[in-house]
Amino acid sequence: MSELHFPFLEAAVLVPLVGAAVIGWVRDSERAHRLAIVFSALTLLMAIGAWQDFAIIHAGETHPSVAHDRWDVLSQIIGDQVLVVDELTAPLLPMIALLYFLTILTTQKTKIRRFGFGLALTSEMLLLGAFASREPWLVVGLLSLGTIPPYFGLRHRGKPTRVYVVYMSLFVALMVLGWALVAADYDGATAPAWAFVPLMLAVFIRSGLVPFHTWMPDLFENASFGNALLLAAPIPGAYAAIRLIVPFAPDWVLECIAYVAVATAVYAAGMSLVQADLRRYFCYLFLSHSALVLVGLEIVTAVGLTGALCVWLSVGIAVAGLGLTLRAIEARFGRLSLSGYRGLYEHTPALALCFAIAGLASVGFPGTLGFVGTEMLLDGAVDTYPFVGAALLLAMCLTGISIVRAYFLLFTGSRHTSTVSLRVGWRERFAVIVLAGLLVGGGFYPQPGVASRHEAAERIRRDRAGLFNRSLEHYADQMPQDEQPTHFDPVARTVNVADRKVR
Amino acid sequence: MLTETLLAWIVVGAPTVLLCVLGAWSLTGRRLSERFMARAVQAAIVAGLLASSAILTIMLVSDSRHIVIEVGHWVVVPDYHFSLRFMFDRLSVPFVILSYVLCGTIGSFGSRYLHRETGFNRFFVLYAVFLLGMVATSLAGTIETLFAGWELVGLSSALLVAFYHERPAPVRNGLRVWSVYRVSDAALLMAALMLHRMTGEGNFDALMGTGSWPFGEATITGGQALVVGLLLVVAAAGKSALVPFSGWLPRAMEGPTPSSAVFYGSLSVHLGAFLLLRVSPVLALSPLLCGVIVALGLTTAVLSAITERVQTDIKSALSYASLTQVGIIVAEIGLLPPLLGPWACYIPLVHILGHACLRTLQFLRAPTLLQDYRLLENAIGARLPRSNALLQLLIPRPIQIWFYRFAMERCYLDAWLDDFVVDPVLRLFQSLDGLERRWTTFLAGRPSHPREHVQPTATIFEER
Repeated sequence: MSELHFPFLEAAVLVPLVGAAVIGWVRDSERAHRLAIVFSALTLLMAIGAWQDFAIIHAGETHPSVAHDRWDVLSQIIGDQVLVVDELTAPLLPMIALLYFLTILTTQKTKIRRFGFGLALTSEMLLLGAFASREPWLVVGLLSLGTIPPYFGLRHRGKPTRVYVVYMSLFVALMVLGWALVAADYDGATAPAWAFVPLMLAVFIRSGLVPFHTWMPDLFENASFGNALLLAAPIPGAYAAIRLIVPFAPDWVLECIAYVAVATAVYAAGMSLVQADLRRYFCYLFLSHSALVLVGLEIVTAVGLTGALCVWLSVGIAVAGLGLTLRAIEARFGRLSLSGYRGLYEHTPALALCFAIAGLASVGFPGTLGFVGTEMLLDGAVDTYPFVGAALLLAMCLTGISIVRAYFLLFTGSRHTSTVSLRVGWRERFAVIVLAGLLVGGGFYPQPGVASRHEAAERIRRDRAGLFNRSLEHYADQMPQDEQPTHFDPVARTVNVADRKVR
Repeated sequence: MLTETLLAWIVVGAPTVLLCVLGAWSLTGRRLSERFMARAVQAAIVAGLLASSAILTIMLVSDSRHIVIEVGHWVVVPDYHFSLRFMFDRLSVPFVILSYVLCGTIGSFGSRYLHRETGFNRFFVLYAVFLLGMVATSLAGTIETLFAGWELVGLSSALLVAFYHERPAPVRNGLRVWSVYRVSDAALLMAALMLHRMTGEGNFDALMGTGSWPFGEATITGGQALVVGLLLVVAAAGKSALVPFSGWLPRAMEGPTPSSAVFYGSLSVHLGAFLLLRVSPVLALSPLLCGVIVALGLTTAVLSAITERVQTDIKSALSYASLTQVGIIVAEIGLLPPLLGPWACYIPLVHILGHACLRTLQFLRAPTLLQDYRLLENAIGARLPRSNALLQLLIPRPIQIWFYRFAMERCYLDAWLDDFVVDPVLRLFQSLDGLERRWTTFLAGRPSHPREHVQPTATIFEER
């Protein structure tokens, strides 16, 4: 395990924690907003530092190892490498920090009393901690704790919490139970197949896969848009799947996740077409996109998995662009429905442009960040199961229509009259330019991003193959000599048993 | 080869630079002057046109039929690469020159037609997207590049149909166009992925054999050609408004006249036929596929000819006249090469070039049609003759009335799509949405939705 030049990871986790503590003492909401901007910006810098430091340390290496902090205080206390960065999480950490920073930065003055900055920073700390950890119990714990801040957000707003509590309790219970069953085996390699069922259900719930998704539209309708966006956009369910399920689970578990995810992608895309409430529309759009990432996890070909990981990044940023645009619109016009034309283009052309670019990037339009990732995901899907590829295309076709429909309903079709200026301020313009720059820049020059995701995909495949081979060794002792398995090929997904190949 | 590479870079680079300049400026929220935009468009188009003409000259002088310019790998990782590859052959060069000539003409016309229009900047940004899409599609050396250009054309078309976006009708029609294009895009992408899977390559050279267009020989089997070919036919039908997607073409006339002329009169509407020409070696492998193409083309031509006769505005009439010709071109693609050999692909190509130029001229003259009629009638000293008098005598009155209604309803194609595809899908998801709401209300113990439930808006998908 290599060592970063600076404790970026600890800083990225501790800065928002300190920020949340400091903000807890501040009564003036404007001051709290300014402090939250500073702390979230510092967190973003630390996360970028970890990413770039990791890239510098492992430049030119074919299979870079995991890196941990220099002067790792936490490991000295706990006795193990708690916070680490690898190929998978290196760009995800800054993406999460960027989402929080932009959400906090673009919070309007009219909303700063209602948006809990302390809760947002606490939630950022928990999420970054979970993403910077490879220790399964810590991932389970932090993801469980991450469900608490939105609950307080709902209560603070006086909204119904029962649906959220029911689903999240189930999620936490299933995840803890599932991992306890899997961890009963020394490294998960020989855990019984049924032990993965609770974990799989937990991932279904947290990722909002059909039919376990209804808590998410409910949350989007009742929570503040910013909090709901931050809870969903980083797609922690996919992270839980990668850390807790993909390396250990038998094929049928992954196939099951993929089929449910495909169904979700199509179902949510169709639902987004008929939504009359803006927030529910956004939620279904997000569910359809995030399901694509989970579909890719089952396509264990390098190309399909690389595509899924690219889509994860592009969807994260694109959904943030869409969400922040809708949030900015809500801050000006209140809760909007999609039952008629709003004609906001003349007042907010920058938001219209951001919505269009982010929406198109989310469906993998050429020239945007999502294009190559989507192509690779579809390529992998068609290569493995052609009908899965066809279903994904149907989902993308429907979401494409749904995005342009929402664009037309919000920004065109009538002429909105207003006596005051509704143009975006410098903070929102900054967010628009940053997101548009990332989406278009990443689209024109996708090679570094794709290469990095390919490395991450290879590591996931290696982890899975390694565990599989260990489980084979475990069972080999109980088998006749001529039946002993010798090697697992993760590409063909076959096991060499003597001269035969077994799928 | 260095000269050709440099020229190819100019052909592709000119619209790319134009889009980057206009698009980046729009992102900052500042407005460029009309004069600057018009000159930037002119400069890009002249540069691209001169470079593509120079390549044509080089090809004619050196008797070269096929020049491939490898820009390089856009993305390369083990097991996957995305190449940027442009192909200059006897199909792509005429098409790209046609694109530059017509876009140049319309760009010049549009800068005057839209003078002081609020959306002047928006029009030319979208125009740059369209130009880049056309050039990329025409010159694409890989099916992925073709798809990228294809999508750019689709997006710019839909947004330009909704150009006058302060009214709901253009927006509804823009969404309709976009919806059909998305189906078309999905079919093309599926075909591309399947071809990739069958041959392991995305390059047209590898897909269509070693011979230069139109003499290549595809390396897949007849059965594979039928499956892929049918997907390509769906893609072409969506893009070229063939049956059953014909309904979007007259709706697209909501856009400004310059974009109607260049998109639906000349270039965009022929892209489906271009795609079929590009993959003609695949079509040649399956007689059944060729039969489907001929039937589709002829059906489109006949139905469009019937519908065109009852249109009461000139742009709709011209759009259906265009469609009639496009249907005939598609039928030629399916019929002539199998009968006469690959060289017969030149016949639909020439038909496309001639038709595009004529129709552009007609669209541009459309706003002054009455003036033109008056001039003609003054010149001959009588009313212009009516051409359908003979048909009225031959066809019995009840059948005439039936045909009239059939034509007025645009052959019921849109109604059929709405009744059997759009409405059932929307109704299904509306029911599921209601179920979900009831479930969360049950779970929460009270209605947990802050807003009163608003009926979903199926009507925005169609103009009723």
